[in-house]
Amino acid sequence: MPQILVEGLSKTFRIAERKAGLLGAFGGLIRRQYRSVDALRDVSFSIAEGELVGYIGPNGAGKSTTIKILSGILVPSTGRCEVNGRIPWKQRREHVASIGVVFGQRTQLWWDLPVIESFDLLRDIYRVPSSVYERRRDELIEMLDLNRLLDTPVRQLSLGQRVRCDIAAALLHEPKILFLDEPTIGLDAVSQLNVRAFIKQLSREQKVTVLLTTHDLDDIEALCDRILVLSDGRLLMDGSIGDLRQRYGDGRYVAIELESFTTVTPEHENLVVERSESHILFSVESDVPSFIDDVLGHYPVKDLLITHPPIERVVATMYEAEKIER
Amino acid sequence: MIAGVQLFCRLMMTAIRGQMQYRGAFLLMVLGSFLTSMVQAIGIWALFDRFGNLGIWSVAHVAFLYGTINIVFASVDITARGFDTFGSSLIRTGQFDRVLVRPASTVILVAAREVALHKLGQLLQGILVLIYALVALDIDWTLGRLALYIFAVSSMYAFFYAIQIVRATMSFWTIETLEILNTISHGGMETAQYPMSIYKESFTNFFTYVVPLACVAYFPIVGVLDMPDPLGSTLLTQSLAPLAGFVFFAVCLSFWFFGMKRYQSTGS
Repeated sequence: MPQILVEGLSKTFRIAERKAGLLGAFGGLIRRQYRSVDALRDVSFSIAEGELVGYIGPNGAGKSTTIKILSGILVPSTGRCEVNGRIPWKQRREHVASIGVVFGQRTQLWWDLPVIESFDLLRDIYRVPSSVYERRRDELIEMLDLNRLLDTPVRQLSLGQRVRCDIAAALLHEPKILFLDEPTIGLDAVSQLNVRAFIKQLSREQKVTVLLTTHDLDDIEALCDRILVLSDGRLLMDGSIGDLRQRYGDGRYVAIELESFTTVTPEHENLVVERSESHILFSVESDVPSFIDDVLGHYPVKDLLITHPPIERVVATMYEAEKIER
Repeated sequence: MIAGVQLFCRLMMTAIRGQMQYRGAFLLMVLGSFLTSMVQAIGIWALFDRFGNLGIWSVAHVAFLYGTINIVFASVDITARGFDTFGSSLIRTGQFDRVLVRPASTVILVAAREVALHKLGQLLQGILVLIYALVALDIDWTLGRLALYIFAVSSMYAFFYAIQIVRATMSFWTIETLEILNTISHGGMETAQYPMSIYKESFTNFFTYVVPLACVAYFPIVGVLDMPDPLGSTLLTQSLAPLAGFVFFAVCLSFWFFGMKRYQSTGS
């Protein structure tokens, strides 16, 4: 039995439409028009204990909706969903006591209170025994380097500091599952690295199951063994980054540095990704060796580098491909 | 249950401490609410002074009812602030998410989020009016009467609190403010400040059988004051009537849990 089980999950939102203008506002009072939006369509996956899974997709794909259903916030329209054998929205209180949730865009802490008092309140809400709480709190303060922030009211923290405090707050009751909804959004480079390092450590050392939504593919590359790709409410892919590359970005990037400026030959023109005075970057889909031969024959090559296309590129290709299919 | 009450108090204290950061504004608001409600009370007194009694109800009798209602209504206003602002501060913003991921009762978490301490002024007014009534009436406080009074007050509290919960619950369907429900909460309070017997029968019936306002206020208070009732209630019905307040509360609470399933959150 997997720790998280999602089967045929769908969620349709009914959104009240209001026509523009004053007349529209009055009209809405009398008769409302509703529009249905399918946020999730028949999504199925399962996650085993201790996995670190990345959940990606364009805006409005349904990532947050999934997280909210798994956290017991939303009730799905149809489908099955069990976490630790519990149905989140039916056994809400037992369920949420066993998970941790972080919304990167929205704090879970008390705005006007110093951080440490928010932690103390959470101890009471989650009914964590004092001895357990103190050990855990000190451990998290140490790991996330929060010592200097504890007496600061949450509203005065920077975003990076706040996210670190939020992550600590979500883990005080020692949940075995952690849902992170865009934890690195808006963070500067250093804070991003800190948060990533912490998530990795948490997963590796404490075997916490982590499901992470993100737009930042560096997060995925740095952290996740497995990714779920969602687009327009449908699950497009469930596999490793290697699988993703194989399906949508099997080619290579070939970068060359030129001895002197040379024009690109016509048969290579549609392969150029970028070019400057002294450099050309090609994207090559197949038969890389003969392409290299070709390049060496045609251009005055000073230096040459073959790489994987960046993951952004792969994902963009995949979203494009799916759009065309539909 | 006990843990729930403890948590409620703990969160309330936190909310009060948060408000006390703005002390000057707080004191002004208390003063403002006290003066407004005092002017109102003086207006009523002036009417009685000119036109005499309301049938067998003297100024002091009405003051007893009025003071009691105002104390209860102010207490509800103070402690149900979280429900009062629920639509605008939790639903519209999607902050209710944060409540739902906590392993505690949503009712406790929402109720204890905010405290409307500035309504203390109205509470003070109610207490002053009630003191006046107690001095003027010289009620013979038997144990039975005292018990009935306490029963009635707690039932009134449950009743008015329940209306706040219903108002909040409506915001799961629409985030437009529902002024129509104010006719029951504020309108109900103002209706209940006077003896039910002065109103039309259809009106009285509505506030007895549909929305049991008369059951929590008028009937038991008539019993406590030991007055004859033109509506024909007996001491037995007067003593049992407050039960309706708790039933009403239970019904409204289940409406709340029903509404919660409709919560749609907001995009992230």
